[in-house]
Amino acid sequence: MGSKYFDIRTLPGFAFVAMVTFFLLYLPIAALVAYAFNAGSSISDWEGFSFRWFASAWQNTAVQDAAMRSLVIAVVASTIATAAATTAALATTRTNAYRGLTFKYAFINTPLMVPEIVTAVALLIVFSRVKIWTGYSGLGYLIAAHTAFCIPFAYLPIRARLESMDSSLERAAQDLYATPWMTFRRVTMPLLRPGIIAGFMLAFVISLDDVVITEFVKSGGQDTLPTYMLGQLRRETTPEVNAIATVFLALSVLLVTAFFFINRRKA
Amino acid sequence: MPKPEGVQEKRIAVEARGITKIFGAGENALRALDNVSVSIRQNEFFTLLGPSGCGKTTLLRLIAGFEYPSEGAILLDGTDIATLPPFKRPVNTVFQSYALFPHLTVAQNIAFGLEMLGKPRAEINARVAQMLKLVQMEELGQRRTDQISGGQAQRVALARALAPSPKVLLLDEPLSALDYKLRKEMQIELKRMQHETGITFIFVTHDQEEALTMSDRIAVMSKGKILQIGGPRDIYERPSDRFVANFIGETNFIDAEIDGATGGAAAVIARLPGGAQIAAGVPDGMVPRGRVAIVVRPEHAVLARPDEGGQLRGTVENVVYSGTDTHFHVRLDGGNPFVVRSQNRRGTEAAFAAGDPVAVRIQDGAAQVLRD
Amino acid sequence: MATAREVSDRAARRDVRDRWLLSAPALIVIFFAAIGPLFVMLAYSFMAKGDYGDVKFGQFSLDGWFSVFLQRDIFDDTITLADAHLSIFWRSVRLSVITTVLTIALGFPTAYFIATRPRHTREIWVFLVTIPFWTNLLIRTFAMQEVIRNEGILNTLLIRLGIIAQPLQIMYTDAAILFGMVYVYLPLMVLPLYASMEKLDFRLVEAGYDLYAGRLQVLRRVIFPLVKPGVIAGSILVFIPSLGAYVIPRVLGGGKNMMLGNLIEMQFGAGRNWPLGAAISITLMAIVMVALLFYVRNTARSGAGHG
Repeated sequence: MGSKYFDIRTLPGFAFVAMVTFFLLYLPIAALVAYAFNAGSSISDWEGFSFRWFASAWQNTAVQDAAMRSLVIAVVASTIATAAATTAALATTRTNAYRGLTFKYAFINTPLMVPEIVTAVALLIVFSRVKIWTGYSGLGYLIAAHTAFCIPFAYLPIRARLESMDSSLERAAQDLYATPWMTFRRVTMPLLRPGIIAGFMLAFVISLDDVVITEFVKSGGQDTLPTYMLGQLRRETTPEVNAIATVFLALSVLLVTAFFFINRRKA
Repeated sequence: MPKPEGVQEKRIAVEARGITKIFGAGENALRALDNVSVSIRQNEFFTLLGPSGCGKTTLLRLIAGFEYPSEGAILLDGTDIATLPPFKRPVNTVFQSYALFPHLTVAQNIAFGLEMLGKPRAEINARVAQMLKLVQMEELGQRRTDQISGGQAQRVALARALAPSPKVLLLDEPLSALDYKLRKEMQIELKRMQHETGITFIFVTHDQEEALTMSDRIAVMSKGKILQIGGPRDIYERPSDRFVANFIGETNFIDAEIDGATGGAAAVIARLPGGAQIAAGVPDGMVPRGRVAIVVRPEHAVLARPDEGGQLRGTVENVVYSGTDTHFHVRLDGGNPFVVRSQNRRGTEAAFAAGDPVAVRIQDGAAQVLRD
Repeated sequence: MATAREVSDRAARRDVRDRWLLSAPALIVIFFAAIGPLFVMLAYSFMAKGDYGDVKFGQFSLDGWFSVFLQRDIFDDTITLADAHLSIFWRSVRLSVITTVLTIALGFPTAYFIATRPRHTREIWVFLVTIPFWTNLLIRTFAMQEVIRNEGILNTLLIRLGIIAQPLQIMYTDAAILFGMVYVYLPLMVLPLYASMEKLDFRLVEAGYDLYAGRLQVLRRVIFPLVKPGVIAGSILVFIPSLGAYVIPRVLGGGKNMMLGNLIEMQFGAGRNWPLGAAISITLMAIVMVALLFYVRNTARSGAGHG
């Protein structure tokens, strides 16, 4: 900064705006996290440092249930989504165009393009009727809905990984007497693994974060952590919500950091 | 059919019979190979040489089993393998990109083929050690493949392909990624390994110098066809075809006239534009008559003063010094260009300069009639 | 024995069949739990509304679509424009456009700043943008609420500085929604912008300066045209979710300042007018599709331009 030499890369004011942007990105999060440690029960007056709201959230059975439910849905949905996305990626990459290929791309990516609220009410319409028909109102609906919107997210890194994979490696395996199955097991799978892990983690975070679709699909008493928080935001909130959000945030940051390093290692 | 070169006829390792390969269909169909037939002998270092897109790699991939021919047969030791998948062919490939498995160590890479063949562990270990020794990498077996240099990766790829003792080794431009000096070393190394293992090598390259240095025989390809098959000297000194003459080395083309039929002779007398006559070699089975093109390599001619005599006359236009040689660009009296290359020795500097009238003397046996 | 051509034809057919089998699970799940319901919803939009929500199944009616933009007076049956719906449509579009513009204003310099860092620090800056991106949307909305509440950081700070005496009422206004959307969707603008700026060849910038362009001219005539695909991609990524925003206006906008997402929800809740809700949803989707088509056509053209 302030160099007397002309730097062709610098544009005046841009660095300042960037700093402001980063400040704005982190200020609200910082405020949210800070008040989670407030000793008082207000989310505006600071009354000293304490972990009491973390403890109270931890003991809140509604929070426990919601957190457990979020985890179960996220684990199951992202596992199924990753498996389906992996086979779909294998089916749609490294091939000459064949009939139906474009259709598959479009189909798999559609959930990314439809506004969430639209999918949510469409699912409400269908599932409410199915619930009446079958009498079943368990977690299956949420898991199905989450799986569907997680597939395109899991598909992205897996497909990218496959496309960047040197196809001569698999040819080399076949040349060295590996059958197609052995080629898949000994060469394709190990090389694809970072993509699959990345896909799973993306799907997991996406499922864990979902508010809108869950809000419309869930039956009574099926709150996940985000919908529980949404419910809490309607009333006067205590720092307990901040505490929950902080833990949630920490979990997301952890996953994203892991994702970042996995991706970096492969590059 | 090629004539036997030695006393004993060698056995055929691989034979391609009437191979045609068409990619795509309809308007976009590309005829990558057009009725190609070639026999490759056992223990031979055979090179497929040609510019990119000539079909040489496609032919290699057909032998490896990565593509199926549209028509024709591929015989390995006399049996047709054209429909076998690659993992059932006793043929291994050294890939242009090496295709080393990045998730395996050097030793695991070399062991891969043997494992797939279900060999016992002890045998695999012994063979891997032997292969590492062959490529002089005994110390590096436990390295990851991203921890070795390009030249080393090349050796590992070679060791991996040789480990299962294939009947034929296919090499797809394996040296193209190496720098000049390393490439020269590897050329000699490859020859040595071929000699030591006694395995038939089929080598694909677009580098004519590489082909001439390494091969027992060369097939020159263009546009999906094989134009000429022969030893390096044959190909260089007796090109049968304008494309071959042009693709390999520098060449002078001269229009000439042949009087009368000469049926079946290995050489004919051709009349050059200035009226001088010269003996010229004839490609197998060709009966040249009338107007023909003949080729003369630049180093097979020398310049002389006009009064000293030569088959052609002209004027020096340009003298280009290039270290080992000097190129004299001559404009012949008829208007055609002719290049003479002379090796630079002490005391021969600038015998001729631009503007000098000269005579061109073509050495005996240097002229060759082209088929086209 | 089969000829090579038969063998390869058979292999090609088997390959296509295997590829359908492999993609089947994903396609089936997405059909049943994402795309199929959209068609059911389309059908619902043409049915009569049920008395307590849902629809009178199989009973055809255009009332749902009629009520998207129009209303019939209960007393004299005159037809007028549905002002309430129109104002919500207008608010949604207006707020989404402003959000897009503001995210470009903040995101363009930020992305440029990141792209001009040395390679190893660049990753860290990108990572800093990625973290909020992957943080729960609800949490970020809630965090914004912390800042703009009457007792929040912003008001406290302004009062302490003596700039204002009474806290500014930002919550439950359009401004609050705008704050929230810019904050939440900003990473969606920075990331694609960065992706296109990272590829920017600075020799072209050098060439611009060499040919007597000033800084502003280089920005306008060289940099901006080169990163335009990133600007368009970012705009689409911000505009589309803004238009369909539901959580942000619900939390920050309160009950009065609805956007389309809340209007749709209302029809399935208190409004008990599912056909109307379905019709509005499909209208929203249609607007999104138009925006996407615009994007696809644009990228296709610029893609062709680059060869």
